[in-house]
Amino acid sequence: MTTYVLRRLVLMVPVAFLVTIGVFMLIHLTPGDPALILLGEDRSPQAIAAIHQQLGLDKPLYVQYLIWLGHIVHGDLGRSITTHQPVTTAIGERLPATLELGAVALIWSLLVAIPLGTIAAVRRGSLADHLATGLAVGGVSIPNFFIGIVLIFFLSVTLRLFPFGGYVPFNQDPFENLRHVILPAIALGTAGAAINMRFTRSSMIEVLNQDYIRTARAKGAPWRRVVFIHALKNALIPVVTIVGLQIGGIIEGAVVTETVFTWPGVGRLAVESIFNRDYTVVQGIVLLAAFSYLIANLLVDLVYGWLDPRISFT
Amino acid sequence: MSTAPALVATQASIRQTRIHLLELARGHPRVILAGSLVLLLFLIALLAPFISPHDPIAVNADNAYLPPLSPSHLLGTDELGRDLFSRVLWGARVSLPVAFVAVAVGLVAGGVIGLISGYFGGVFDLLLMRLIDALLAFPALILAIAIVAALGPDLRNAMIAIGIVAIPVYARLVRALVLQLKQMEFIAATRSLGATPTSIILRHLIPNLLNPVIVQVSLSAGFAILAEATLSFLGLGAQVPTPDWGQMINTGATFLANDPWLAIVPGAAISVTVFSFNLLGDSLRDALDPRLRS
Repeated sequence: MTTYVLRRLVLMVPVAFLVTIGVFMLIHLTPGDPALILLGEDRSPQAIAAIHQQLGLDKPLYVQYLIWLGHIVHGDLGRSITTHQPVTTAIGERLPATLELGAVALIWSLLVAIPLGTIAAVRRGSLADHLATGLAVGGVSIPNFFIGIVLIFFLSVTLRLFPFGGYVPFNQDPFENLRHVILPAIALGTAGAAINMRFTRSSMIEVLNQDYIRTARAKGAPWRRVVFIHALKNALIPVVTIVGLQIGGIIEGAVVTETVFTWPGVGRLAVESIFNRDYTVVQGIVLLAAFSYLIANLLVDLVYGWLDPRISFT
Repeated sequence: MSTAPALVATQASIRQTRIHLLELARGHPRVILAGSLVLLLFLIALLAPFISPHDPIAVNADNAYLPPLSPSHLLGTDELGRDLFSRVLWGARVSLPVAFVAVAVGLVAGGVIGLISGYFGGVFDLLLMRLIDALLAFPALILAIAIVAALGPDLRNAMIAIGIVAIPVYARLVRALVLQLKQMEFIAATRSLGATPTSIILRHLIPNLLNPVIVQVSLSAGFAILAEATLSFLGLGAQVPTPDWGQMINTGATFLANDPWLAIVPGAAISVTVFSFNLLGDSLRDALDPRLRS
């Protein structure tokens, strides 16, 4: 196991290295001179040269990359071009809101996916199965920002059950915090619910056809016990993989949902930074998103092997 | 004389394909349903200039905010008095070409990488696959947003970004299939008869990759439409006054309290379009995957 973990970590190094090159190059693809953005009105050649020297833009590209990489390794993502705040601080301030939204969205997706997927598998071919499968295709086809807008229209504008958007910190008012997070979490978690439902269904169908389930039935175990105790536990193992990847991809979904619901998280910060041409912040967020994904991939592989003893780490 | 057997073989192959398609249709009505929906969407995109009752960008302030089912405006009008039905029809002319170009970029670039990587192996495989791993490390939408943010927000850059995001999926799929196919006897036999790698790839590998690739194309088209709508919703795709579904939702969301149809109509158009492509991909996978055949 330790050898496997070490080998996976070593294999991650070249990929992580390529990711940093990709993120670094993204900013250098940007048309225009960052010095001009920083300077605003005062664009004298001396001022431009001074900014180039200050940011190291007068150095060869590979030197700039190595300096930038050195800073990254020390946890320094640079400073925001617009607010001059350290990028790590800007992201750190917004991350808890994104993580809260992601966690509630994940809970919602599992609460929908596991029961529906199980029912669809147990009653395969029935109306309930067709309905659940149709809902699953629909769930991945509707854009999450559109789900958000429909929810706002019906539940906020028409029925006035939930606020239109915004955020109240949990330590300030737990009840209001919950009221504010429900709609964005449903919008963010619906596509995940659809995917998890399909995984649960197909995995459950496979497990229900296995010999040990037949044996359990033959020994007289009640059907409900066979489904929920014997089958579901094993059927959920592949679901863990996809849920792990969804955790790694929280920032991705949050970009749009947070914009619709004016949720002050990392996703909204990304969009604001793009429009303010604050490329150091965009760079930091893209790097964070990519590394979250890489680490989630690694953890999923390890957890998968731990949950399913048949998988050997050789 | 010399071309006759080849002609006969080609005709036989076409006849076989027709029979296969008919059998496919008979056994899988979902393929027909989804295929018809996709075909209808393409027809709408193609015929939008002829079937749209109004100019989609013609401003008429006197007609602003007309509700659906108004006389001469089936789905109502927007805040500038533009006919919503015409804008939705023209929106298909934006979304479907974006999907087409983005999928083509992903398919060609990813397919070539997958073919080279899978067929030649060795250093090619090692280097190309690390590159693909690095691309896969980026969540798809974040990568698309980052590319558009770097290149500048417009429709062409959105197409490029979505295409780049699709590359790893095709590279991985094609590589895996080529690795399986090149172990098969007919490939070994062709190679022993002196066929060149180009000939093996073009005449024997690519035709055998088609089924799974077609399924992936359909699913990727759904993703591309969704991604384009998302980028336009965020203001990073099509720009005003292009009639784009994502951008129409963005504008419509501002008027949600009084005129909800401004956001709901284009939202429904995106959902139906993506649903059709996903349904087609799903049903084709069920129909073409021999493991799922009863």
